[in-house]
Formats: sequence, structure tokens, C-alpha cells
Amino acid sequence: MLASRALVRGLQSGFWRRVSTSSGARAAHPHDVDVLDCSAPQYNNRPDTPWPDVPFVRNLSAEQKKLKEKEKGPWTQLTKEEKLAIYRLTHELSFPEMNKGSKEWMTVLGGIFYFLGFTALLVWWQRVYVYGDVPHTFSQEWVEKQTQMMIDMRVNPVQGFSNKWDYEKKQWK
Amino acid sequence: MSLAKPAMRGLLAKRLRFHLPIAFALSLVAAAAFKYGVTEPRKKAYADFYKEYDAMKEFNAMREAGIFESVRPSGE
Repeated sequence: MLASRALVRGLQSGFWRRVSTSSGARAAHPHDVDVLDCSAPQYNNRPDTPWPDVPFVRNLSAEQKKLKEKEKGPWTQLTKEEKLAIYRLTHELSFPEMNKGSKEWMTVLGGIFYFLGFTALLVWWQRVYVYGDVPHTFSQEWVEKQTQMMIDMRVNPVQGFSNKWDYEKKQWK
Repeated sequence: MSLAKPAMRGLLAKRLRFHLPIAFALSLVAAAAFKYGVTEPRKKAYADFYKEYDAMKEFNAMREAGIFESVRPSGE
């Protein structure tokens, strides 16, 4: 949620920046959210695109350039640190890093309950101030007569309503 | 830094080999539970109810309660 809000703010500031400056995309760091040229290929951390459109680091320092040159040779001559450094040049996050969960679900769930509660207050107000009276067939007297009639009629005598009434003792079982 | 090569093939087959017997077993359990938890007690309840059911007795009881319009209670 915070990342998406930062993205929105970045897009907004990026829009105004683009309007004021002449050149659109700054290739310095494609993951810079300040200026976002949506017409140029962008880097992304997604499990379903393991090879993004652009490498993470576009402008290489001299040291990084040397590493890239070494990469053109046999890879058995690369040390473990060099291999990791090459990976980090083209990728920002590894798969475990990008897939790791967060505690956002707690916020989401809390927000859901909060708004459910608020809706409950509105519904309660509506019940008190908007709805009219309930039909007369819900009055205590009517319901008593109705229940007695249902018992007399043997409504659902096998497993249901009248099954729960004791006809000898004339009371509920 | 050399990891074992991950499994590249037969992933669905492996999953099915594990999950299908469980799925079948659980389905059978669910069906058995419904049969012996719901339908057999229900059949027994109906059988017991109608074993000692006297329709005329019930009719007369209902008649005396006054719910019928075609026959009034015997007193009137």
C-alpha cells in the first residue's frame, strides 16, 4: 500500500516534471520514480517476467564496466562475489526478496472491519429513522395464536416443528 | 555455489500422484459422513414415526383443536 502510494506520488511529480523539462526520460537510473517515461521500457520486479525489459543499472561505473567485460569471458573464472555483483547489476531484487510477504494484510483486514462497523452504524440509523412499523402479524399476541395453530395442525411432525412439542404434557420437549 | 538442478519435468504428475488419492479419500469420507450422519437418521426417524402412527387418532385430535373448516369439533 505504501509502495503504491509512493508510485502515485512519483507519477504525479513525474508528470509535472515532464511538463516543465524538455527531455523526457532520464536514463541515469531507470528505477528513479521522480521522472517516469512510460513510453520507454522500464525495469520491474515481477516473478512472471524474470528478465525485465531493461537492466536495473543502466549507467555503469568504470569498475562495473570492467566486470561486464570479464563477464564476456569464461564464467568459471568469475568469483562468487563477482557473479552476485553481475546479478545485482541487472536485477534489483532476487526472487525471495520480491516474493516475501508483508504485514499489509493486517492493515487491510483492520480497514475492512472498521468500515464494516461504520456501515453497521449507518444501517442501525436507517432501521430506527427510515423504516416504518413492522406488520401486525409480528405482535406477541398474533405469534402466540399462530404457534398454537401450527402445533394443532401438526406442522412437520416427523423431525421439525411439531416434533419438538410434547402433546401429552402440552409443553416443549 | 553449485545447487542441485531442480526438477524440470513431471511436476503435474507428481502433484496428481500426491493429491488425487487424498481427494478421492476425502470425497468418499464426505459422502459416507452425509449418508450416516443425515440420510440414515432421517430414514429411521420417518420409519419410527410411521410405525405407531394412527391417522384417525391424529385426525380427531386436530379436529378437536378446531383447525378444520369442513368438520367442526364434536362438541358443536
